[in-house]
Amino acid sequence: MTYRPELLATASSLEELNRLMDAGADACYIGESRYGTRLSGEFTREMIKEAVSLAQAKGVRIYAAVNNIIDNDTLEGLHDYIAFLHEAGVDAIVFGDPAVLMAARAHAPGMPLHWNTEMTSTNFATAEYWARRGATRYVLARELNMEQIEDTKSKSKLEIQVQVHGMTNIYHSKRSLVNNYLDHKGEPDRIPNADLERGLYMMEADRPDERYPIFEDVNGTHVMSSSDICMLENLHELLAVSVDSFKIEGIMKSIEYNEQVVRVYRLAIDAYLADPEGYRFQEEWLDSIRELQDPKRELSYGFFYKEQVY
Amino acid sequence: MTTGTGTKPRYQGKRNRLDRPELLAPAGNLEKLKFAIHYGADAVYIGGQKYGLRSNADNFSFEEMREGVEFANRYGAKVFVATNIYAHNEDVEGIEEYLRNLEAAGISAIIAADPVIIETAQRVAPKLEVHLSTQQSTMNWQAVKFWKDEGLPRVVLARETSFEEIEEIKKHVDIEIEAFIHGAMCSSYSGRCVLSNHFTDRDSNRGGCCQSCRWKYDLFVDDAPMYDKGEDQFTMGSKDLCMIDYLPELIEVGVDSFKIEGRMKSIHYVATVVNVYRQAIDAYFADPEGYELKQQWVEEMNKAANRPLNTGFFLDTPDAQDHIYGPEEKAAPYDFAGIVLDYDDRTGFATLQQRNHFKVGQEVEFVGPGGRFFKQTVTELTDEAGAILDVARHPLQTVRVRTLKPVKPMDMMRKKIR
Repeated sequence: MTYRPELLATASSLEELNRLMDAGADACYIGESRYGTRLSGEFTREMIKEAVSLAQAKGVRIYAAVNNIIDNDTLEGLHDYIAFLHEAGVDAIVFGDPAVLMAARAHAPGMPLHWNTEMTSTNFATAEYWARRGATRYVLARELNMEQIEDTKSKSKLEIQVQVHGMTNIYHSKRSLVNNYLDHKGEPDRIPNADLERGLYMMEADRPDERYPIFEDVNGTHVMSSSDICMLENLHELLAVSVDSFKIEGIMKSIEYNEQVVRVYRLAIDAYLADPEGYRFQEEWLDSIRELQDPKRELSYGFFYKEQVY
Repeated sequence: MTTGTGTKPRYQGKRNRLDRPELLAPAGNLEKLKFAIHYGADAVYIGGQKYGLRSNADNFSFEEMREGVEFANRYGAKVFVATNIYAHNEDVEGIEEYLRNLEAAGISAIIAADPVIIETAQRVAPKLEVHLSTQQSTMNWQAVKFWKDEGLPRVVLARETSFEEIEEIKKHVDIEIEAFIHGAMCSSYSGRCVLSNHFTDRDSNRGGCCQSCRWKYDLFVDDAPMYDKGEDQFTMGSKDLCMIDYLPELIEVGVDSFKIEGRMKSIHYVATVVNVYRQAIDAYFADPEGYELKQQWVEEMNKAANRPLNTGFFLDTPDAQDHIYGPEEKAAPYDFAGIVLDYDDRTGFATLQQRNHFKVGQEVEFVGPGGRFFKQTVTELTDEAGAILDVARHPLQTVRVRTLKPVKPMDMMRKKIR
């Protein structure tokens, strides 16, 4: 079978969806934040329906994020939402909580399910466990390295998804930490909302060059990585082991930025597929991202070449 | 004196559960295991050499586990092992052998988060019960039902779960529910934090957590600082959980196992906290209607506290009062000073193992299981051979102290430090 990896991007709006599809995305990741975690923008049900119809016209797949940690109060709406997603014709549901898996069994038979618990999706055997319960894809934790990714791909029959660009979440609390802090200081009105548009970040004294974005939403407080993963230069290493899906995370980035990132990853993937042997990375691809990159955020290899201890 | 946690509106839910809950205590090593059980724990949880989340703790060898299980059996208590990491590929091989060894050592249950460990235990070590770890952040009854259908007899809920949510879960699913009722807390959803990985290349979900959430940070909005000079810095660090003020509610809502956090904590901490909850649970079951929180319990709890205390998510979502801004100071004005090894009725002298510097003239307290307690001043102190001392300065030194009242082996002596 010919190897056709997927280029997956997050869309914050219908406009961004259109532009990312035109830039070369094969699939887009969207959802309602009541059920999906850390979405780059909110999609209402009407918008999801429209997204599916726009995407189908272009042969692009729509994945619905339903990867929140679910509480009792969310359960009732969850079942209705899953039934809606099935009806709307999304191409897959992304889940972490077993309640979502059970709801999908009940209301979306046959729906492809992507297992994604973010930092805790860390080994092939657990991926196989979820596969036996219906998962079709394994979204790898961003804290895994190249060796572990290769090993997982060789041991798993599941589709493997790897994030190759953008920021990652490094801490998620149910608490309202920014507002609690401002309350503590007696200035609760200073930031009426601390959402992801506000440009809040935290810094630690020993690491003055690292700015960790922090925001609050209906799901609590989120701290994000201080650098953006960029695997463009070494994408061929992941292509060589036949990773099935490359994700570009567009949270807290402009549409222009995400559009350009999708465009050059598309070029790289197509160039590789056309001639794997003769493939050469083009510095100008990366330069075009660098031009749009926030100078205070480094482009990094994330954990791809790191050894961690414990 | 109060723990400072009893001021919130009380939970008014279901009030009919009367099965006796299990008191589950941490044990960082064999000695701590013995003290936790001696002071009243129905079960303890420990870490082995692999697959646990406290890679810096002493952790048990299989031999020590067998000894621990033997000790526990004498009290009718159980020993659980935390195998609560999220495994990486390279950790998978070896799980089978490890779990078989736990089963052979007489361990009653493992506490696991990662399905590869859960499934392997069910397959190769069927006598081990599998309890779902809080690291799975389970908060809804359908997820709890999923794990029950997978064959798990017990779920440790996410620390974000409230009394109302526990009641709802118990209503829908017939399964044992374990909840943390005391100790330090992740301020994140457990498992959903890789601050240590990013700051120090240490894998938090395999035991490398360096508690970066308790560090101090500066917050900025659009490059402008959100603090003035001299103001407290931002932190995510939480106060410690303490539910002694709400014990009847915990029993009546149907929590089956009351879990105390702290495999890294001292003997004194674990024994003191267990001692208080043991007395409170027993007092409740002796007379549910007449149950009252005793000041003595609250005072004891405060003597072991490492940090200011709160009620977590049981009653409401934590707010500004529930974090520790400014410097973290040790809350308790007491230090562990010695363990009673023996007592001589004829002479009125206790033989003690020194656990901290103490001296003649110092105010000390003796504490034993069931709330035995008295204060005195150290008046007569000798070494093992009977030579008079004015100070017990050597760690683990055996000394003798005249006590006001009889004491028993494994009673503790603590000293006032301010």
